[in-house]
Amino acid sequence: MKTASDPIQELVLKGITKRFPGVLACDDVSLEVRRGEVLALVGENGAGKSTLMNILAGLYHPDAGTISVNGKVVHFRTPSEAFARGIGMVHQNFMLVPNMTVAENVALGSKQLHHFMNLDLRGARKRILEVSEHHELPVNPDAYIWQLSVGEQQRVELVKTLCFGAQLLILDEPTSALTPQETDDLMDRLRRMTSELSIIFISHKLNEVKVLSDRVAILRHGAVVFNGRTADHTPAELAALMTGHEVTLPRNESGAAESEVILSARQLRVRGDRGHDALDGLDLELRAGEILGLAGVSGNGQRELADALAGLRRVESGTIHFQGKDVTNRPPVRMIEAGMGYIPEDRHHEGIVPSFSVKDNLVLKDYDSAKFSFSCFLRLGEIARNAEALRESFDIRCPSISTATGSLSGGNIQKVILAREIARRPKALVAVYPTRGVDMGAQEFIHTRLLAHRREGIGILLISEELEEILNLSDRIAVIYKGRILKVLPSAGATREQLGLLMAGVVHE
Amino acid sequence: MNKVKLLYRACVVLAAALAAALAGALVLRTIGASPLATYATIFTGPFADKFGITEVLVRAVPLILVGLGIAISFRSGILNIGGEGQILVGILASTATALAFPGSPKVVLLPLMLMAGALGGALWGGIAGFLRAELGVSELLSTVMLNYIAAQFYTFLLRGPMIDPSELQTGSGTPQSMRLPRAAWLDRIVPETRLHAGLILAVVLAVCVYILLWRTTWGYRLRAAGAEEKAARYAGVHVERSLIAAMLFAGAFAGLAGAVEVSGVHHRAIEGISSDYGFSGIVVALFGGLHPAGILPAAVFFGVLLVGADMTQRSAGVPANMILVLQGVVILAIVSAQMYINNAYALERFARLFRRRTEQTGAQS
Repeated sequence: MKTASDPIQELVLKGITKRFPGVLACDDVSLEVRRGEVLALVGENGAGKSTLMNILAGLYHPDAGTISVNGKVVHFRTPSEAFARGIGMVHQNFMLVPNMTVAENVALGSKQLHHFMNLDLRGARKRILEVSEHHELPVNPDAYIWQLSVGEQQRVELVKTLCFGAQLLILDEPTSALTPQETDDLMDRLRRMTSELSIIFISHKLNEVKVLSDRVAILRHGAVVFNGRTADHTPAELAALMTGHEVTLPRNESGAAESEVILSARQLRVRGDRGHDALDGLDLELRAGEILGLAGVSGNGQRELADALAGLRRVESGTIHFQGKDVTNRPPVRMIEAGMGYIPEDRHHEGIVPSFSVKDNLVLKDYDSAKFSFSCFLRLGEIARNAEALRESFDIRCPSISTATGSLSGGNIQKVILAREIARRPKALVAVYPTRGVDMGAQEFIHTRLLAHRREGIGILLISEELEEILNLSDRIAVIYKGRILKVLPSAGATREQLGLLMAGVVHE
Repeated sequence: MNKVKLLYRACVVLAAALAAALAGALVLRTIGASPLATYATIFTGPFADKFGITEVLVRAVPLILVGLGIAISFRSGILNIGGEGQILVGILASTATALAFPGSPKVVLLPLMLMAGALGGALWGGIAGFLRAELGVSELLSTVMLNYIAAQFYTFLLRGPMIDPSELQTGSGTPQSMRLPRAAWLDRIVPETRLHAGLILAVVLAVCVYILLWRTTWGYRLRAAGAEEKAARYAGVHVERSLIAAMLFAGAFAGLAGAVEVSGVHHRAIEGISSDYGFSGIVVALFGGLHPAGILPAAVFFGVLLVGADMTQRSAGVPANMILVLQGVVILAIVSAQMYINNAYALERFARLFRRRTEQTGAQS
């Protein structure tokens, strides 16, 4: 595997402009990164961060502007040319083949290891071990990708990129799928790597930006609106610069109301995808007009609980009662009719049909209701009107309501799902990681809406890993651990430390 | 940008056509035929007279019907390559029905026969749908196997139980059924040609399929299940049921194609009647973008190729099998062109080249 001839001392982007049909994605952007420096690139969804980085990584070509390395202007026509110059990108969605080993994945992208009729896997293993030892990124070259946790896969991506000889790492929202522990761990490792590398770090999470970066550049509508030293600014200032206005995430101030139980689970046992007992006798009660935060490290049964409540996963034993009726093992369509709203974890493939237009996705659960159809014909006019109204009131940013939903940014996809679920006027709403990977502005919007609908009497089960979010919004907090509810406590007076311990399974009586 | 895109697409199509023509010419040269004369015959021959034009449409009818069914199944997430078997079962069912009620009036017999064909095809397709939905059997496997079974069953019936008794009497033993009663014939819509009312049926059904897929709740369900199964389940769609429904529809269209072919063209079940329409129908459907509005012209285009091929055989002296080779080359070129047309990177590269060119000429002038 070859490394670039001379190390990257300095990378300068000058006047980069990129236009897509109807959008100015990058507007005269100038940035620079020096060796050993971490530049945080922040901005809302659709601000142009990814476009800019794709230009740098050779995937797109700028309409105007230059990229220069160590003072020499370079043109990257393909990603491999950028790679050859030492620029490596770790994408938000990992680019790994699940049924291959780590070594095979690394060998896959490395031409030096491909000899005639012979793939040098031993060479790949050796290189992986060297790199992982050198950068303190432990990975097992013989493990299959599907066996690894998300955090481990992230490490494999990093090692892979470094094996290819990257000297400038571009990390696109590296922590969006990680648990809090994994995030802290990654931050530590990245910090140590900066002694010999430069990093461009794309993130929405300003506390991470604060911890990791030396300098921060803020993009808004494709242009750099701020570029300065991270240490000189508070996260609140950065948030204001990013969104263009003061951001205050709303809080749930009113105390818990004593209302009737709307949704309850008793002694629920549900199997996970690998056949193990993901829920192991779980008890939970959700009241009307409250937000119940379900805190826990992901993989402790949250997904299976949400699926079971939506009718998407078989309940082995135990019962689910919804509005006083036993709804255990009812098919999804019955749960939908009964008034259950569900914001699923996998928003790209479960929450929407990506190739369907925005207006079609907004009626995904109601296309055969009397409002949107007569006998078996769709009322296209009504569907379009519904979409225009929801686009307006939920601030869904899309070129038109006929745009394929899958092409929107994560935050806007989430707004489409939220709009649909809320517009159905559900009695209860299960929201799984509703703000994962969405920007501050969208997060503020989603939180505000959830609180507003709580006031209208909807019971909301908020499943999240962000303690901030749970503490801000919940009336009560339930901590899930290994498929059971470890403890339910009122939100008032709960602390991060207390919840952190509970999430790790430690109960002090 | 849009102008560049259009230009790009035109260039890709032209390049593909040119590549196909060159590759074909090479093949034709090696067997000593004149490429130019052959091409001229293929593309002008069918339009020379009334007969050629109607023949093109006669070929297009089954292609449209099969293509529509394929579009429904592909849109619903099921890769149905069993059109061939479904056509054969449709032919058997419709022929048997027509022969079973020889004395019935046309208003009864003709619809009954066509419906029997559709039902037969639906049954055959439905088997694959059921196996996929309930037992997880890959439809690629089951439809191909069902094609074999149908082909053998078809031959068996035409040589045994369904063979025309007069063939046995005269001892010639041609494997074909009795001639259908006149009441089971589709009317000819252009006198002295073979063009029959099946064309009208096919066009009407194309409109129906458009309405079904894009204007009804059924179509919404089918397309949702096909585009993203997980999301469809989440939205309360019974995905298994929709897979079976899709295969019933697809089979029904293929079966109907068979029935129409018997009733409109041959008036009896004979061997080789399906002429691989079950497979060309897939190409027509894909070439037409899995949309009725694209399938209609695509089917006519393939009709031209088929008829033109027949004509070359007669006028240019190119053997029939050579024409199959040419068709293969054309199909490969078309499919590759479609890959290129939707390739954003290639478009980007083209746009850059184009801009540089225009800038240069701008600077010179």
